[in-house]
Amino acid sequence: MVVEILFYAFAAVLVGAAVGLITSRNPVHSALFLVLAFFTSAAIWLMLDAEFLALLLVVVYVGAVMVLFLFVVMMLDINVEELRRGFTRYAPLGAVVAFIMVVEIINVVWVRKLGLELAQAAPPLPVDYSNTEALGRVLYTDYVYPFEIAAVILLVAIIAAIVLTMRHRPGLKIQNVASQVAVRRQDRVRVVPMESVRRPAQDERAAGEEGETP
Amino acid sequence: MTLADLNLQPTYAEIFVLGAACFILLLDLFLSERWRGLAATLSLATLVGAALITAFVSGVDVRVTAFNGMYVADPMGDLLKLFAYAAVGVSLLYSREYLAQRQLLRGEYYVLVLLALLGIMVIVSANSLLTIFLGIELMSLSLYALVAFNRESGVAAEAAMKYFVLGAIASGTLLYGISIVYGVTGTFSLDELAYVLRQGDVDNIGLLFGLAFIVVGVAFKFGAVPFHMWIPDVYHGAPTTVTLFLGSVPKIASFALAFRVLAYGLGGAQEAWTDMLTVLAVLSIVLGNVVAIAQTNIKRMLAYSTISHVGFILLGILAGTNEGYRAALYYTLVYVVMAVGSFGMILLLSRKGFEAEELDDFKGLNARSPWFAAVMLMFMFSTAGVPPFVGFFAKLYVIMAVIDQGMLWLAVVAVLFSVVGAFYYIRVVKLMYFDEPQDTSPLMAGASMRLVLSLNGLAVLVLGLMPGGLVDAVARALP
Amino acid sequence: MSPESTSLFSQLMAIWLATPEIVRITVLVVAVMLTVVIVVALLTLAERKVIGFMQLRIGPNRVNIPFIPIRGLGQPFADVIKLLMKEIILPARASRALFLTAPIISVTAAFATWAVIPFSPEFVLADINAGLLYVLALTSMGVYGIIIAGWATNSKYAFLGAMRAAAQMVSYEIAMGFALVGVLMAAGSLNLGEIVRAQSGGALAWNWFWLLPLVFVYFISGVAETNRAPFDVAEGESEIVAGFHVEYSGASFATLFALPEYANMILISALAPILFFGGWLSPFDGYLAADGALGLLAAPSFFWLAFKISIFLFIYLWLRATFPRYRYDQIMRLGWKVLIPVTLVWLVAEGVMAWFQVGPWAVTGGMQ
Repeated sequence: MVVEILFYAFAAVLVGAAVGLITSRNPVHSALFLVLAFFTSAAIWLMLDAEFLALLLVVVYVGAVMVLFLFVVMMLDINVEELRRGFTRYAPLGAVVAFIMVVEIINVVWVRKLGLELAQAAPPLPVDYSNTEALGRVLYTDYVYPFEIAAVILLVAIIAAIVLTMRHRPGLKIQNVASQVAVRRQDRVRVVPMESVRRPAQDERAAGEEGETP
Repeated sequence: MTLADLNLQPTYAEIFVLGAACFILLLDLFLSERWRGLAATLSLATLVGAALITAFVSGVDVRVTAFNGMYVADPMGDLLKLFAYAAVGVSLLYSREYLAQRQLLRGEYYVLVLLALLGIMVIVSANSLLTIFLGIELMSLSLYALVAFNRESGVAAEAAMKYFVLGAIASGTLLYGISIVYGVTGTFSLDELAYVLRQGDVDNIGLLFGLAFIVVGVAFKFGAVPFHMWIPDVYHGAPTTVTLFLGSVPKIASFALAFRVLAYGLGGAQEAWTDMLTVLAVLSIVLGNVVAIAQTNIKRMLAYSTISHVGFILLGILAGTNEGYRAALYYTLVYVVMAVGSFGMILLLSRKGFEAEELDDFKGLNARSPWFAAVMLMFMFSTAGVPPFVGFFAKLYVIMAVIDQGMLWLAVVAVLFSVVGAFYYIRVVKLMYFDEPQDTSPLMAGASMRLVLSLNGLAVLVLGLMPGGLVDAVARALP
Repeated sequence: MSPESTSLFSQLMAIWLATPEIVRITVLVVAVMLTVVIVVALLTLAERKVIGFMQLRIGPNRVNIPFIPIRGLGQPFADVIKLLMKEIILPARASRALFLTAPIISVTAAFATWAVIPFSPEFVLADINAGLLYVLALTSMGVYGIIIAGWATNSKYAFLGAMRAAAQMVSYEIAMGFALVGVLMAAGSLNLGEIVRAQSGGALAWNWFWLLPLVFVYFISGVAETNRAPFDVAEGESEIVAGFHVEYSGASFATLFALPEYANMILISALAPILFFGGWLSPFDGYLAADGALGLLAAPSFFWLAFKISIFLFIYLWLRATFPRYRYDQIMRLGWKVLIPVTLVWLVAEGVMAWFQVGPWAVTGGMQ
């Protein structure tokens, strides 16, 4: 009973957030609605005993990806009205796609009504079941090869991002702390030995002063 | 489960390449400007090491799987990998001076090339739709970065952007197809997929739907018409060394992709994909050969030529027989040799501050260097399919395989448009021998590049005069 | 204990057990929250007193509570009353809804984390499997309070503060996450109670000895995560006046800034003992006979945890009194180029230790 109420509450918030995401006029609001959608779907996953995936969704998407996303969106100051200008032109096409999808969904629901063995509830899990442990077990045994390749893909992404963005252009104001610390007196201060020269004009004045003093 | 259950021995080459790439990546951080070339040397050493491992340590005579059936090692895989090492090695040898002249000689370039090679190796040895997809992503991501490697060039950035966006769509399509096939059959494993499809039930509409998406993904990675839009722009925009790499080695992966997924995994649905591939092959041969005539930029011309060659490779695959697969494999390997050489010629003529990209830059090459004009002639004749060069035999085997399947009209179309295509290859020869040079400066390339390029050109001739060795190797690979 | 009081106690116990579960849970949650709030109030006083002591001042000493001989003890309560009675000012062009939501997000994230903290061997609100991940997830939620506050205010100072805070918290979360991975390698569990139990057996059996570099990484990241000195560039009162909370006043200021910040400080200080210093366990466990005269000292109890928490809180204040503020790029460099590599190296070192089965990986406990 409680579970059902919680599910419908979260689901309602999720759908509401999704609607807000696409209808909101301000991109920052849209991004925040997306955060809310992620969070509520994490909550729904949590109710399905998938605690590892749920928390990971929050840690990775809510905690890192969306923060950086917001970072960019807030800085850009996008004019939404301009982006939406072409909307009505493509509306008929969008309506057709939406119609097809609705028909498909109805079809799926209808197929379920026929009593076929589709999408039945999974058998109840044992009490000491740990989603984290179960995932870890298959990830590091059965699927270790794809897992490692995925890791290499992420490595490539890091290398590519750094290669394409980090250029040592001339005039870059970057500090090299090591060289700042390693600076020696000889590098900065130049001691210029100068002969002390008696200039004629000074001599005269000096002489005049001397002459006046007594 | 223990480490021994994974049966790591066949995968030593992949592990070695990955380890070496990481090592070079780290080492390069600590190298001063003077030692910049070390990464190139180490990369070549890596390729030699990997080749030794594949040939002597982890080479196999029969099909072996590893990593719980996610990885397969077989003679065909070994042959493709050895060819990939050689092609990458030769392309790196060609690239070094060009990169150094344009301030692009950085360790990351070599690391990305090695990781792209790793992706190709993963595809070649994939035995699961999951690893196929991950391999493609690994290769593509490295290539996107390589295309954009020259940050000073706006054309390169545009090419990379196009490649990235279209590539992402293609990956999405492929993944969608894979998910549908998984939904219908309940397995990622190509072994199980092949088994399930042999049990019948091929007429499943869902399966055909998924198959269509997979074919689209494969066609995009090949660059077959109508999924070829990216090829000319990317070949044109990328730094020539990257075009050289992009135009040659990934075709090995594309062949492996088509063979593993279509011919092996979805072999039961052959009737369905033969028709799809027929359309792709015919369009590619026609459009590639016709549009190439209109090009004045040699990189674009070779791009369209690639499209037409892809059509021939697809012809071999769509025959659906062992002879067809052998012919396609043979064609792929020969194409790699020719493509490496043709793009190598562009690099040979380029020098600091000058890209020999236009057809006019080849004018009067005979007067500047008779030997390299002859080498280019060999590449062009071979690519056009003129006997006795190796390109002729490649086309011959494919057409024979198609005729054996009773698809005579396909063979006629292929031959007809090969003749059309011969026009623009021979135009290059005409420019080299009968026109006055616009640019009379001597060739600047170093000794190693001259030597390797000469050997590359001779290979085209020798393989054509004595086709036996490579044909035997291909026959052993696909018994 | 006399027989009557025992029976009274057992009667109360019976009533307690007879109440519906939902009521019991609510009571416990409220109790934990109230405790945290009161500790926050006392911490603000302690901060002023400790820093005053370090700077040879007296600190607050006027508002006293009758019959308790600590001068200034009433100060935090006076402050609370003052803040609650002040007007909440809404800047004219602020995004109203978000401006008011930000404090709520901050305070919710700060309090929700306490659900999985084990206070004693018996008492934890929610004994869930993935407790450590839950903590990480909720600390990463906390950043939204700051970003939204900074953006909704529609002021460049606030916005700068929000940007700084976002970049800083995301960066340090990686270092902290890796430090926590080190802990879970040692404990073999994500459950905080299990992590404490895996450390049982005296001060030297605790994780800190084998994971010393991670202790430092964890605590430095913790200080950065809570945006405290010397990493308080998000607030940076001398450069961007007060950063993200420049326009907040009254109760909204208290809930956005004061309460979550101090609650998070306590949380980080509570996690440090749980992860590295044996949580509720006694340092003398195994050194003093349990049935001897000092047996009580060797027994695990909530007081050990409280004692350890106060030590770490003191370090927080000590840092604030000692160090000047880091420059923004220095913070980034410390996080990415020092702390993360240290954790990565130490994860490898832990792998080696696990291979040779030393420390927490000795054959009896931990991962096999």
